[in-house]
Amino acid sequence: MGKFVFRRVLQAIPTFFGITAIAFIIMVSAPGDPIALITFNPTRDAVSIARMERSLGLDQPPIIQYVYWLVGNDWVMIDVDGDGAGETPGIRHGLLRGDLGQSIRFKQPVLKLILERIPATLQLALVSLVFGYGIGIGLGVLAAVFHKTWIDWLIRVISVIGNAIPPFWLGLVLIIIFSVQLGVLPMGGMRDIASRGGFNLAETFRHMLLPVFVFSLNTVAFVSRFVRTEILEVLAQDYVRTAYAKGLTNRTVWLHHAAKNALIPVATYVGVSVGTLLSGSVIIEQVFDWPGMGRLVVNAVFNRDYPLVMGSVVVGAIMFIIGILFSDFLYALLDPRIRLK
Amino acid sequence: MSTVANINDDTKETRARSLWQDAVKHFVRDRLTLIAFIVLVLMTLACYLAPPVLEDLLDVDATRTNTPASFTAPGVDRHVLGTDHLGRDQLIRLLYGGRVSLAVAYTSSIMIIFIGVSLGLLAGFYGGLVDDTITWLVNTLSSVPSTLLYIVIAAIWQPPVEWMIIILALLGWVGTSRLVRAEVLSIKEREYVLAARALGASDFRLLVSHIFPNLMSIVIVTGSIIAGNLILVEAGLSYLGVGVQPPTPTWGNMLTDSRTYFVQGVHLVIWPGIMILITVMCFYLVGDGLRDALDPHQSRHSKA
Repeated sequence: MGKFVFRRVLQAIPTFFGITAIAFIIMVSAPGDPIALITFNPTRDAVSIARMERSLGLDQPPIIQYVYWLVGNDWVMIDVDGDGAGETPGIRHGLLRGDLGQSIRFKQPVLKLILERIPATLQLALVSLVFGYGIGIGLGVLAAVFHKTWIDWLIRVISVIGNAIPPFWLGLVLIIIFSVQLGVLPMGGMRDIASRGGFNLAETFRHMLLPVFVFSLNTVAFVSRFVRTEILEVLAQDYVRTAYAKGLTNRTVWLHHAAKNALIPVATYVGVSVGTLLSGSVIIEQVFDWPGMGRLVVNAVFNRDYPLVMGSVVVGAIMFIIGILFSDFLYALLDPRIRLK
Repeated sequence: MSTVANINDDTKETRARSLWQDAVKHFVRDRLTLIAFIVLVLMTLACYLAPPVLEDLLDVDATRTNTPASFTAPGVDRHVLGTDHLGRDQLIRLLYGGRVSLAVAYTSSIMIIFIGVSLGLLAGFYGGLVDDTITWLVNTLSSVPSTLLYIVIAAIWQPPVEWMIIILALLGWVGTSRLVRAEVLSIKEREYVLAARALGASDFRLLVSHIFPNLMSIVIVTGSIIAGNLILVEAGLSYLGVGVQPPTPTWGNMLTDSRTYFVQGVHLVIWPGIMILITVMCFYLVGDGLRDALDPHQSRHSKA
């Protein structure tokens, strides 16, 4: 098992560097002058612009910039006045040491901004995942039990619709019905305007109801079909036939032979779902004005706050890699065939 | 010797015919899939052929604004589905919007299939360094939150539709390639491929006439599902304001406008969403149905 874990972690490293390269290439090839973006002052004189360029390392070739972005430049002397000799050490610590740079708009470290928003995203996304998996597994089992009856058919329809419905549209329709017409639920946001902070269960519940519904629908659609297929596959296995032949009851076969084996792939898929949380939450947070990371990123994109955008892409990718690794480890742990391969 | 060859030819031919015949028969018998397929064909035809005719017939225009007539209710004054905030006829705009959405879905999914199948074939067939490189690329691209990457690229460069199609394809092929690679890995060890190789068939011949035909069914099935996904992605991007830009209508950016004006016209919210839902659902159902129809190994009941 240890060897398996080690190998998988090792395999994740080139992937990580690939992602940083993609993020960096996008960042340097984006149109617009970074100095102008930072200072908001196009009338700055050439001398101070050159000075700033040198101190930010923008006069360096892209490959050097990439290295500085990754590992920082506080170990090299920066030639600020352009006389050929370095005067002052750089100020960057680099991505690998947790420095994602400075947000242009907020003038704060990117990592700090992201960490501030992550709890809101996790709150929404994890609750949605729990609901999505809970209901999805339930429906999947139902569909398998009532295989080829109208129940199975109905669950298939729910699943197809759940996959095909555009979340932003569903969100909009629900907001119109429940917030505008009926006035029973808030239109968006995380808490009431009048509330004075602190945690209030009823308030949180009312704000989360619609986004969680929309967010989890997709998971329900996917998980229910996944579970149904897995169970039907397991039921066709020889050991299930043997179990029946031994005279075991339906109940025992289902619980001890079928369910246990069918749910292994489903359980391990949770890791992948956690990894893709950020992608899913981008649109949901936008529709429901949820103050999480997704909204932060979309706003950063519109503000051309490239360090913040790229920092988020990298953080999102790290979340994904960790999710996948977790998934693989869980699979290997639950299914000995995987780790022995 | 010649009789043996003849017999072989015969069996080969009847088999080849019967798989596709079976598939067609199966497909027609599967009512839901057939209906979904017909809806898709009709939808495509309507979007590409109907607008000029309807514009003439109903005397409406997709781009001409007519503010006094804004927010006309559906069915009033020749506006079958009403008008939007600028008095433009919604039905015509939906059909023009469908052109864009469907064009993105069809062309981009074909490109995705092309890239995904080529790279998947190469990786699975040759293995070694080729495989490692392609797999690294696949892993890397699939680790970046794709929605986020689309948004970033679309917002920074604001590409026209043609470029958007290409970008969607360049970022979307990884799943297909992974699927094809896995399939090739198993197909290339089958007896008939080994036999062909033993007879001295070239790599090219093995790939084209022995491996590729056996990939056809998963290619068609994933193509259909990818097309559905692309409709959703394009609509999502346009909804966020980073996809296709107004005044070119798409189902996604029509919803962006309607978000602001839903009090005056709920019909502006309902119809674009319904169009997206129906189209995506049809693509998924067709993909599902094709999987059942084209897969001779999988008996119908064991498939989701």
